[in-house]
Formats: sequence, C-alpha cells, structure tokens
Amino acid sequence: MSSASGSLPRYILVRLALVLPMMWVLLTVVFILLRVAPGDPVSAAVGGKLNQEALDARRATLGLDRPLITQYLDYLGNVAHLDFGKTISDNRPVLDIIKDQGGATLTLTLGAFLVAMVIGLPLGRLAGRYRDTSADAAIRVFGVVTYAAPIFWTGIMFVLLVVKLFPGWPTNDIASVVTKFEVTPKSHILLFDAALEGNGSAVSDILKHHVLPCLTLGLLLSGVIIRLVRINVIQAMKGDYVEAARARGISERRVVRYHAFRNALVPVITVIGLQVAITLSGALVTERTFNWPGLGTELIQYVTARDYIAVQGLVTFFALIVVVVSVFVDILTALVDPRVRY
Amino acid sequence: MGSFFRGIWNTKGQARWILLVGVVITLVFIVFAVLAPWVAPYDFNQTKLDGAKLPKLAPPSGTYWFGTNDQFYDIYSRVVWGARTALEVIVLSLVISIVIGVPLGIASGFIGGWFDRILVFVNDAIYSLPSLLLAIVFSFLLRGPLGGGVTAAALSITAVYIPQYFRVVRNTTVSAREATYVEAARALGAKPFTIMRKYLFGNVVQSVPVLGTLNAADALGTLAALGFLGFGIQPNEASEWGYDLSRALDDAQAGTWWPTLFPGLALILLITALTLVGEGLNETANPALRRRRLRPVVFPRREQDEERTR
Repeated sequence: MSSASGSLPRYILVRLALVLPMMWVLLTVVFILLRVAPGDPVSAAVGGKLNQEALDARRATLGLDRPLITQYLDYLGNVAHLDFGKTISDNRPVLDIIKDQGGATLTLTLGAFLVAMVIGLPLGRLAGRYRDTSADAAIRVFGVVTYAAPIFWTGIMFVLLVVKLFPGWPTNDIASVVTKFEVTPKSHILLFDAALEGNGSAVSDILKHHVLPCLTLGLLLSGVIIRLVRINVIQAMKGDYVEAARARGISERRVVRYHAFRNALVPVITVIGLQVAITLSGALVTERTFNWPGLGTELIQYVTARDYIAVQGLVTFFALIVVVVSVFVDILTALVDPRVRY
Repeated sequence: MGSFFRGIWNTKGQARWILLVGVVITLVFIVFAVLAPWVAPYDFNQTKLDGAKLPKLAPPSGTYWFGTNDQFYDIYSRVVWGARTALEVIVLSLVISIVIGVPLGIASGFIGGWFDRILVFVNDAIYSLPSLLLAIVFSFLLRGPLGGGVTAAALSITAVYIPQYFRVVRNTTVSAREATYVEAARALGAKPFTIMRKYLFGNVVQSVPVLGTLNAADALGTLAALGFLGFGIQPNEASEWGYDLSRALDDAQAGTWWPTLFPGLALILLITALTLVGEGLNETANPALRRRRLRPVVFPRREQDEERTR
C-alpha cells in the first residue's frame, strides 16, 4: 500500500473495504459468546413460567431448535438488513428499542462531547503554552483526577451538590412528566421534536435535564482531550513554521492561536474517534446514574431479565456503531490532513 | 528480577515519589483488607447487633463512624470489607488474564502465519468493543453457572484484559523471534516449545508487571462499574463499593451524603494509588523514560589511609 498514489478516493475505498471483515469478526464473536456458549435463552428468560411444551414451542418460533450454522447464517443475514431480532421477554423488535431510546443516548453523548471540547480545548492549549508552570501542573492534575474518578461517583457528587445548592434543578430523567406528555414523538430525539413543535418551555426543560449528565460524561472525556492538546501544542510550538511566524513579527498570541493550535487539532479528531468505545461505556453508567431513558438503561434491563436475544441485538448494534464511527473518523482525518492518506 | 528492582532504586526525581506514595496508600488498603475481621466492627452483611437491628441511615457518629445505610449496614465496616473484595478481584483477574494472555501471545508471535493473523484479527475486534460492554456480556453469561460471587466478577473483568497482554507479548515475541539467541537455540536443535518456554518467555514478560499495575487500577474501576450496574458481586456474597454506591443513588437524590461519600472516596483513593504505582513503575522500570540518580563515587583518600596505617 506504500506504493499507492495517495489519492483520497482510493484511501476511502481501501478503508471501506476493511469494514466488512471487521464487522464479520465482531458479529461472529458476539454470536459465539451469546449463542454457542452454554445456557438456554428461552428458559433463562421465561423459564419457570411456562411448561416444557410451551418452552419448546417458543424455541421453535425463535428458530433456536435449528442447527447452529443455520442460526449463524440467519443472524448475519438479518443484521445486514438491520434486523436485530425480537426480544424474548416482551416480544419487542430490537430495532424499535433502538429507534425509541436511541435518541436519548445520542443527545447525551453529543452533549458530552460538546462539554469535553469546551473544557478540554482551552485548558489543553493553556497548559501547552505555559508548560511547566503552576497553571500547567494544576490543569494536568485536573485531567488526571477527572479521568481516574469513577463516572458514577462524579455524577452522584454533582447530584448532591445540586440538590443542596440549587433545589429544584432536575437531577434525573431526560424531561419532566409534563414535557414528555406534551411533546409527540416523531424523530424520537426528544430535544429535536420539542424544537420542531416550537415548544419553548419544553426545549428549556429538556436542556436543563441534559446539563448534569452531559457534564458528568463530558468531564471524563475532557481529561483525554486536555492531555492530547497539551502535548500537541508543545510539539507544534517547536515547529519551523511557528518559528517562521514569529520571525515575521506576528504576536505570540496570534502564533499560538492560528499557527500552533490549528495544527495541534488534527490528532484530536483521531483520538475522539478512538474515544467512542469509552464514551459508550461511560454512557451506560451515566444513564444508570441519572435514570436516563436511553439504550444503556434498556440494555441493563434486558440483562437483568436474562433476555439473550435482546442483549445480543443491542450488543451487535453497539459493535456496529463503534466500527462505523471509527471508519467515519478515519476518512474525516484524511480529508483534513493529507499526510494520513496512503 | 534483580535488575528490575535495581532500576527502580536508581531512579531520581518525581517518579520515585509518585511510586512511593502509590505504594504506601496501596499498602494501607492491603493492611485493612487482611485485618478486616479485626478492624471492622461488624461483619460485611451484618444488620443486627444482639438481636436488635442497626439504625437505618444513621448519620456518622462515634458509634457508626461513617454512618449506616438504607440496608441497615454499618458503612465503615462495608468500606473495610470492600477493600478485601477489591483486592481479591484485582489479584484474581490479573493472574487469570496473564496466565491466558501471555502464553497465547508467545505462541501467536512465535508460530506466526495464519494462526497469528487470525488471532490478531479476533483480538483487535474484541479490543474495539467498549470494555464495560464486554464485561457486562461475560457477567451475563457467567451469572448462570457461577452465580454472583468474586470468581464470576473476576472472570468477567479478565475478558477485558486478556487482549492487552496478548497484544503486548505478541509484539515483543515477533521482534525477539529473530534475535541471535533464539537462532542459536534453534541451531542447537531446541524444539519450538522449548524455545518458547526457556528462551522467549523470560525475555518477553518484562513488560507485564508495568501493564499489570496499570490494569489493576482499571480493573477496579470496571469492577465498581459492574457492581454499580447490578451485574457485579451480589451483596450477600461480599461487600463491594460499586454496589453500595448504586444502592445509595436514591439517598443522594434526597440529599443524604454519607452512604455515597465514603465508599466512593475509598474507591477513588485506591484507583489513584494503583495508577500512581503503575505510572511510577512505568517511569522507573522503563529505561527509555528513566532518569538515573547519580550515585556519588567516593574515592579513598590516600593520605587518610596512610595516616590510619601509621
């Protein structure tokens, strides 16, 4: 691949071609874990409630009595059509769960990324510019602590603070009961639906509910961004082009802002892509902490209900997200930075 | 191993202090964990004293140092017993993931070819999954056969860390495979298994202790997260900080602070201490990062010697 011409379309094609084997391996791993491993899905989910015949009938309707290889091929085929199966415990298509609750997880993670940027970029730049000063040390400690503190504990501490200092500020769920009743779900992204209806009070209510969860998840991510931006700014400040900019008599402030910082941002995009897995892990815990009606909460409920198909479907979906986002980020990086293409 | 410790001793600067602070805090937790039956006033699942129930949600006081929670547990006792659980799970999960990950890595790197390709591909796929999700899936699968105890929790966490040891050891093996000493062994007629066991093993495990301590901190976080989501160690099996924190969520919403503050502080303190040990070891044991302490060299002074002999 080193002999390639380095054209962008070619790079994108190569990258996309690698997606399929990656997805295939992930799907196979998920299937082996959840289907081939010992344990019977049907009796795990509804055992004790039904007699043997009814259990067998359920197994037959779900296709669990067929050979494993048939089930495996079916599973791959279904996932290709975005069919993740129907839950055993309440007979609900997993795709419906994703459509209904996915929006809450989406706005939570996007909000968290926003918070991470707003906190991480300026602090990282500051620490990089004033390297080895007390400001740098303080910012680094902040980064380490926010990353080391378990996310649910950070969340709980926020709740305690807010309950004491601002009584009445929402500390759980995505919206108040009234808002949920008023807004009719269309896109199932509550914030979006409320905005479409032009319901101002609903929008502000939903935004208020987002503050604590997004802050909690965002703080975790900001630690990574601080560390990265700091190192990149330090490296960029040593670059020849920064020296050249200084030699032209450009003020130090402009040099940092327009010459060093811009170039320090490229690796940040890549690393943000790598953070998707961490963000999803964090979102699971954040949703539990704030009683957030998203996919994490659903997954937790179905794991508790010991519903194999639901767990398998949701885990498959998460795996797809990770692969898709990582490809998307790679392509984005190549668009921004010509050096990446091979 | 001797050179490993000498390397640490010869380091100068911040890294030594980071390591020292981390080790001291960790040792305190180990002491509490070992002495739990004597240090904790109550058993981890004790709710009654002489037939009378302990108070519910009593604030911290002289009798109940950290207060009691909504399950009538004494929080101080739960925190102390929790240290024991945490260390048990960390040690168990690290040992298992090293025992599986290291030989797999050596074999994959040494044998190479398709065997290696497939293992690396599967490994990378597993590694790309969110680690907590993987741990949840494993605890979901293990709940049936193993129940909700320390072993099941440790095994669920193990699934997350095997790929890391595999990756590190496999990469070192690939570069060590071509080294002269391996070639010499092969020329002497050593069988592949002998080469892996006697020649490669000792050389590729050097990076494992550092990775292990860094993973220990992470493993504790995963254990607590599992417990917090309700998929970790069940309260009747052992005391676990993550579970206690999840029980205390509603109390936090109501503004009651002690059931969440103390288990959380213990958790953060131990995670930070283990991270410090890992970072410190990384900087002291890694020759590339290490800054050596210059030992003053004392030359014997000739006049003195002559005076003494006189």
